Amino acid sequence: MSAPSLVATELRARIRPGELRVANVSKSYGDAQLRTDVVKDCSFTLERSKLTVMIGPSGCGKSTLIRLLAGFEKPDSGTITLNDAPVSGPARERLVLFQESALFPWMSTWDNILYGPRARGEMNREARGMAEFLLNKVGLKDFRKKYPMQLSGGMQRRAELARAMINNPAVMILDEPFRGLDAMTKELMWEYYSRLFEETRRTNFFVTTDIDEAIFLADRLLIMSNIPCHVRAVLEIDLPRPRTLIAMVENDRANEIKMQALSLLHEEAMKSFSRGSKAAADFVEAYSKRVTRA
Amino acid sequence: MSAVAETLVRRPPKRGESFFKNQVVRAIISIAVFIAFWELASRLNWPWVGQAPAPSKVLDAWLPLLNDQGYWYSWYQSSRRVLSGFIAAMIIGIPLGLAMATSRVFHDITFPVFEILRPVPPLAWVPAAIIFWPTQELSIGFVIFLGAIYTIVLNVVGGARSIDVRYFQAARSMGSSSWDIFRRIILPGVLPSIIVGCEVGIGITWNVVVAAEMISGGGGAIQSSAGGGLGFFIWNSYIGFSYPLIVVGMISIGIAGWISSAVIRRLGLLVTPWLRVR
Repeated sequence: MSAPSLVATELRARIRPGELRVANVSKSYGDAQLRTDVVKDCSFTLERSKLTVMIGPSGCGKSTLIRLLAGFEKPDSGTITLNDAPVSGPARERLVLFQESALFPWMSTWDNILYGPRARGEMNREARGMAEFLLNKVGLKDFRKKYPMQLSGGMQRRAELARAMINNPAVMILDEPFRGLDAMTKELMWEYYSRLFEETRRTNFFVTTDIDEAIFLADRLLIMSNIPCHVRAVLEIDLPRPRTLIAMVENDRANEIKMQALSLLHEEAMKSFSRGSKAAADFVEAYSKRVTRA
Repeated sequence: MSAVAETLVRRPPKRGESFFKNQVVRAIISIAVFIAFWELASRLNWPWVGQAPAPSKVLDAWLPLLNDQGYWYSWYQSSRRVLSGFIAAMIIGIPLGLAMATSRVFHDITFPVFEILRPVPPLAWVPAAIIFWPTQELSIGFVIFLGAIYTIVLNVVGGARSIDVRYFQAARSMGSSSWDIFRRIILPGVLPSIIVGCEVGIGITWNVVVAAEMISGGGGAIQSSAGGGLGFFIWNSYIGFSYPLIVVGMISIGIAGWISSAVIRRLGLLVTPWLRVR
């Protein structure tokens, strides 16, 4: 059986990681006096073949930004370009993995994975071979006929990764994909997902509120301001790959980056706290405890 | 992973588990207690409730009917009417609901009329139905149709509206056309609501069968093959002071409604295999 490895090389050869550029993008909602700027003058680049993680306080407009990148909505001003071509509307080259699972409940794992090829009328032997390969890759070979409800949380996320990957997107956008998983499963998913990234080297954009997750995964870390959303700081995470949980816990550099990121997030939280945000209060309190203990 | 798979398999009841935990046993006990209470109330001639004919009397009236052609013909007539009215409601209601859910314009044009007609009870339509429709059967079918259509339409609209917006976004991103989204997202997404609508709807058709069959104006009595249907059977028994037969008719409709809903539920599970696996 040399077929699977053949598909693996084929898959790798076909990956065309894209570079996504966000320039001076703004977006606001509501009318007249009630208008709120959610994203304001936001610029960043998702570098080719890098895993960029975006972290920011909850409710800072990250999800809005994702909808703009995916093309579900249009920015009020500014431009979003993928490989220098402007983004207009949703497309297979910018796929989103949503919070919690968005697998179609009425389709088996197999049919979910093959949704994209089938929708585009590309159901051929090649697509089936690829689906087979990805099914093995995400460890769901024995679960091909199961419905999403029959899969565990971790399995659902892996099935969703496969469903996205079969479309060979230039950029994969992940919106807090591991939210809601229990701590153990979540950590397993970090390792699993970073292996997958290291193998394929697609351009990945990962959004989270979890600082440990962010540092474990990121090549580059975008720290976002509070609403209206823009990039507060960019940290290059120069930690060696492949990364493992044990290595990360003992890594001084990782802890250093973590403190740096936390202090930036704290500044943002303080700003919104002083503006009367209740959501920021928890973070401010937790941070001050952490600092006094250290 | 296999551990996860094992927990998904429905656990068979343990041998030592109490007899009372069996669902069928509970149902039988419930019905038996109800009948015993009723018999007792009737025998002791309790106020109000004691006025109803005792189950034993009802049974006495019922048993001979089991050999009566007219009685079974009434079953057949009512079932046929309910089924045809119900199928008409499905044929019109499901596409109507889907159109209302998918097109804003269509919804805004049709919904006001729909909402004004909806509170009008099927019974109130009886005179109009007699005038509108050329044959008696069409009038009856129409009243039954009205019983089911609103529930079906509302469930379809509600069901389609509650489909997770992320499914549409994901499908669009992966290159789905509008037709593809309709066929592979909206239809399966709304199917559970269609089934609920039909299950409730067929129950209502049996509710209105009495009103509808007053139109038929004949048959259904003992020794008759005129076939007024079960609804008319009740009305006729009332006119003829045969109180046990009223109860026979009522219970017959109850059983028919229960069977219909059970059949719809079964068919529903058959076409939504993903809901069977919880």
